[in-house]
Amino acid sequence: MNTFVPAFRAEIAKILTTRIWWILAIILVVYIAFISGGLGALFGFLSKAGGAEAQGAPPMDILAPMLYGSVSTFGYVFPVLLGALAVTGEYRHQMLTPTFLATPKRGVVLSAKSAALLIFGAVFGVFGVIASVGAGAGVVALFGLDTQLDHSDTWALIGRGVLALALWAVIGVGLGALIPNQVAAIVVILAFTQFVEPTLRAVTMFADWAAALGRFLPGAASDALVGAPSLFTTGATGVGVDPLEWWQGGLLLAFLALVLTVLGYFVSWKRDVT
Amino acid sequence: MPTGVPIEFAGVTKRFGPVTAVSDLSFTVEPGRVTGFLGPNGAGKTTTLRMLLGLVTPTAGSATLGGVRYRDLPSPLASVGSALEAASFHPGRTARDHLGVYAKAARIDPKRVPIVLDTVGLSAHATRRVGGYSLGMRQRLGLAFALLGDPGVLVLDEPINGLDPEGIKWIRGFLRTLAAEGRTVLISSHLLSEVQQSVDEVVIIARGELVHRGPLSSLEIEGSATKVIVDSPNREQLTAALSAASATFEVARAGILVSGLEPGQVGHIAFTAGVEVSSLHRQKSGLEDSFLALVGEGGSL
Repeated sequence: MNTFVPAFRAEIAKILTTRIWWILAIILVVYIAFISGGLGALFGFLSKAGGAEAQGAPPMDILAPMLYGSVSTFGYVFPVLLGALAVTGEYRHQMLTPTFLATPKRGVVLSAKSAALLIFGAVFGVFGVIASVGAGAGVVALFGLDTQLDHSDTWALIGRGVLALALWAVIGVGLGALIPNQVAAIVVILAFTQFVEPTLRAVTMFADWAAALGRFLPGAASDALVGAPSLFTTGATGVGVDPLEWWQGGLLLAFLALVLTVLGYFVSWKRDVT
Repeated sequence: MPTGVPIEFAGVTKRFGPVTAVSDLSFTVEPGRVTGFLGPNGAGKTTTLRMLLGLVTPTAGSATLGGVRYRDLPSPLASVGSALEAASFHPGRTARDHLGVYAKAARIDPKRVPIVLDTVGLSAHATRRVGGYSLGMRQRLGLAFALLGDPGVLVLDEPINGLDPEGIKWIRGFLRTLAAEGRTVLISSHLLSEVQQSVDEVVIIARGELVHRGPLSSLEIEGSATKVIVDSPNREQLTAALSAASATFEVARAGILVSGLEPGQVGHIAFTAGVEVSSLHRQKSGLEDSFLALVGEGGSL
């Protein structure tokens, strides 16, 4: 008998009946709007002040997509946190007991949770895109530059931004299962996304062989999937390594989500609930 | 009306590393009766119940409900209702949402949610977040979760713990009603006195092993070494008379405890010695005494 659909509906209800999802969504929207609008204002101002040859500002034709893509470059931590909290909360509040009593097939529960988080990651993606495009396009238009919202490429980029955040939420589920301690999971996620990964990406930009490896970092794969010119790629000079294709980036993220989730299943999910 | 199926434990064993929590446990719990699953703290009661419910994998043996393992039941919550610990709630979720989530997972009609909340007396608090609930209210919500699927089998771990006297009286009657309807009711407790008014059968374990099983009355027979309590306004005369009759006794705060004699014999000794007696009765702790004797030293911690 099919237990996946009921389990999936229950997982959606679990998220909707607690407050953390909209708290994180509000922070995501405010943060991305601030980043996108702020960077847009900064670069727009530089381009106006120094003319077309302004040093330090990215070329004006990539400003708009770069701002729109900030949703994944800066916002991916939020769906990861949501996914990880959805799993670690079950451990923290001893909710695996009622969960597994209602659905004794544990693999079904974990895959239902991943599917539910894919949906909520996409919802976060839509919110984030509204913030990055809303604030970014507004500022770009304010400086009289092209918002590029009439290009189909731009909308494809926006769609891939939503997909990126959806995949990150599933990665969060895997991380949560791998690190069931809620505090430890949050610390690891924040440390990796806010410090370790940006540092590694910055460092690997200075040599071709390192950059060839650095493009496989999850954040780099995410930027490759979105396909927006990011601060990491535009700031570097003399790098002869192309980023991954967008579909390669997407597959890499999906593969990462799968590996983490399967590992988490064996490390913690299928253990005795005492 | 859902009818119960027997619960069967067959050679169930659980080892956590070097520690054997449950050792070769075999017994059957029949429908239509309330069975008390008793033992001191740490005896392995909760581990045994968790093995029955598929939450803990037995090292050896099997636990089944009507011959089927829990995880193979087609609709588990509609077959077996269980309440394991009072803390299994997300503090930020309301009671109604908590039950609603699991009703969805188990494909139970959402109309059952207000019904079971009403049954356990939580209707007035249905939209309050569980974080603000008292221990007794959490116990009631746990029971509501157990009743959600109107199951034929109920497995409740320490259901009386934390209830107020009114709640205790209510749950005793409620469990008896459920059993009278033909359901299988298994309740665990570390205190015999807590459940002796509601159980028909007892299964007693200590240190992970079965030490006794049978009807509640079987404990009285095993605890036949009862004592007689006698007291007098003039205790010295009474003790002298008992000594003269070479009876075995000890002086306690509530009176004089006489061993090996019937109340009538003690009364006769006092009468022939001309000693006034102010109280004379059999000590009423046979069940608890035999329970403690069964579970051994340091029984109810």
